[in-house]
Amino acid sequence: MNRTLTRPIADDLIRPLFQTSVWFYAIVLAAGTVVACGLAAWLYQMWNGIGVAGIRWPVFWGFYLVNFVFWIGISHAGTLISAILRLVDAGWRRPVTRCAEVITVFALMIGAMFPIIHLGRPWLAFWLFPYPSEREIWPNFRSPLAWDFFAINTYLTGSVLFLFLPMIPDFALVRDRSTGWRRRVYGALALGWRGTTRQWNRLESAMQIMAIAILPVAVSVHTIVSFDFSMANVPMWHSTIFGPYFVAGAIFSGIAALIIAMAVLRKTLRLENYLLPLHFENLGKLLLLMSILWAYFVFAERLTVWYGNEPHEMAVFWATQRGEFAPLYWTMVVCNFVIPFVLLSNVYTRTITGCVVASFGVVIGMWLERFLIIVPSLAHKQLPYSWGTYGPRPVEITIMAATFAAMVLLYALFSKFVPIISIWELKAGQLSTSTHPSAHASQASHDSHSLRAAAPEVRP
Amino acid sequence: MAYRWGMAIDLDKCTGCEACVTACHAENNIPSVAPEQAGRGRAMHWLRVERYYEGDFPNVRVKFRPVLCQQCDNAPCEAVCPTYASHQNEDGLNAQVYNRCIGTRYCANACPYNVRFFNFFNPEWPKPLHLQLNPDVSIREVGVMEKCTFCIQRIKAAKTAAKAENRAMVDGALQTACSQACPTTAIVFGDLNDPNSRVARLAHSPRGTKLLEDLGAEPKITYLQKQPWHESDAY
Repeated sequence: MNRTLTRPIADDLIRPLFQTSVWFYAIVLAAGTVVACGLAAWLYQMWNGIGVAGIRWPVFWGFYLVNFVFWIGISHAGTLISAILRLVDAGWRRPVTRCAEVITVFALMIGAMFPIIHLGRPWLAFWLFPYPSEREIWPNFRSPLAWDFFAINTYLTGSVLFLFLPMIPDFALVRDRSTGWRRRVYGALALGWRGTTRQWNRLESAMQIMAIAILPVAVSVHTIVSFDFSMANVPMWHSTIFGPYFVAGAIFSGIAALIIAMAVLRKTLRLENYLLPLHFENLGKLLLLMSILWAYFVFAERLTVWYGNEPHEMAVFWATQRGEFAPLYWTMVVCNFVIPFVLLSNVYTRTITGCVVASFGVVIGMWLERFLIIVPSLAHKQLPYSWGTYGPRPVEITIMAATFAAMVLLYALFSKFVPIISIWELKAGQLSTSTHPSAHASQASHDSHSLRAAAPEVRP
Repeated sequence: MAYRWGMAIDLDKCTGCEACVTACHAENNIPSVAPEQAGRGRAMHWLRVERYYEGDFPNVRVKFRPVLCQQCDNAPCEAVCPTYASHQNEDGLNAQVYNRCIGTRYCANACPYNVRFFNFFNPEWPKPLHLQLNPDVSIREVGVMEKCTFCIQRIKAAKTAAKAENRAMVDGALQTACSQACPTTAIVFGDLNDPNSRVARLAHSPRGTKLLEDLGAEPKITYLQKQPWHESDAY
């Protein structure tokens, strides 16, 4: 490997690990404060009882479950997108994959907290674990919640492995450039990486296996999350479309989260030479595709319900279409379809700013979508006498805000301790395109574009 | 012989007096939440009397329907519970093991009748109601789900007594708190497996319907009311 060619890239990308700006401390302090407030709110809720939240008869699931589905959806940003891009060997993926995979791991960790926060007796959550108890009771495997438990744990384990594997060579790089405690910590994380051919071959095949294995896991996770709803005989939950609808929505919100995270990293870590307009352009196109797919799913779901005209379902349908939930519903349509479609379908607004605006729309819209799936149905079940409504209480809003802050905090800490762009993959991409330009005809334009932009860095 | 406890509720007899609701609260140690919490949807009525209004003013008729756990044979609440807190017991009742409940509240969402209630806080009774707690019924702590048990404590006591005296149970001797309190005897409780019991005969009445029968939960409560198409052969 030509060291003189690649050293500046590594310097650039490792810099955040060794230099700390005052902004980093400010962000960590601010986000940490909000997270602490959230923890305090949770303790307050456990001490007083879950009644301090707004959930009530008959809407027994509220903000916590909305946020659960939302964060599990966001988690599809990473692993799924990065696995697909790796498998099709899209050259432009290289600076994007790690940002994406990190979102997955953190969003899963945050999302998986919510079913526990929402429990009436969270200290007994371990009963979902199939451990040999003296009473010989196992979890009920007929319950979608038990499926959830296993699906999310599988996905979290897989995502952590998928994130960790490509980090090994970069840990070794940091190890070789540092001294003292850093050298010891990164040395341990690098698992004895020496960069031999055998090690590279093993890493490549391990990553290939993980990329293939993680795809069905990612699809199954959000399908099973959708089963929490579609298995119950509740109006507008009991639908065969929910599995693919949730998976599509998850990927949709995941891409939006990725675009926002990349834009923030680009500014704060000065990665303008690595996260290029091209990446936003390509992810913007993907977001546009998912927006259209999402609209198609909503159309198919709504049309079949309306045409079927089943009274219990129509109560929920009209509550969302033109009743008490209509303002939220139409905001969702604007955020999830109108804004992304207008901004991303033409080349003039498919800029970085345009992509970020559309992504914020999608994140808000997809959060509303989960709210509109859970709450109106529970508020309008079969017996009209038991109809009700739901509004969040301060404790729920605090905990929700804390999870967004937790994402910022974890992301800031991660990009402080790990190169947020995979250095070795970037180098490999530049070498492969500079030595075999004809072999990668399809990516040649993308990669030469990125090479040109990165040109000042390449020359010593 | 196995029992299969069931109920028949005659809507033509129900006056909506809610004596059954009060009796149920007293028998089963159901906490009375404060008005503020009741306004927030935390009231717990294992048995409620639903009011439905028919016709336009001034020709309005009110119909009452006492709704409690329907003790379904094919109960939607049972399959979804991840810890088996909600399960079918040997008498066909949908039993709830309070100590096993972790409070996912999934059962309450799956129940189409909305007859499951959640302890949002630890229970409290305004004085002097704390002096009348039923010693046969356990108090439920914060975070667990509860619902109508068909007064399982009375069932257990009656079964034990019959077994001790080596005799079969007498139909009508065992009553739930609601059926005992009903001044118009609209609520009839008994064993559906005994073909001669009142409830088994009423369950086959042409006036009988099941609540939300088309959902397939197979409830064990029969609602009796005058059916326009059976006017001549009314039971």
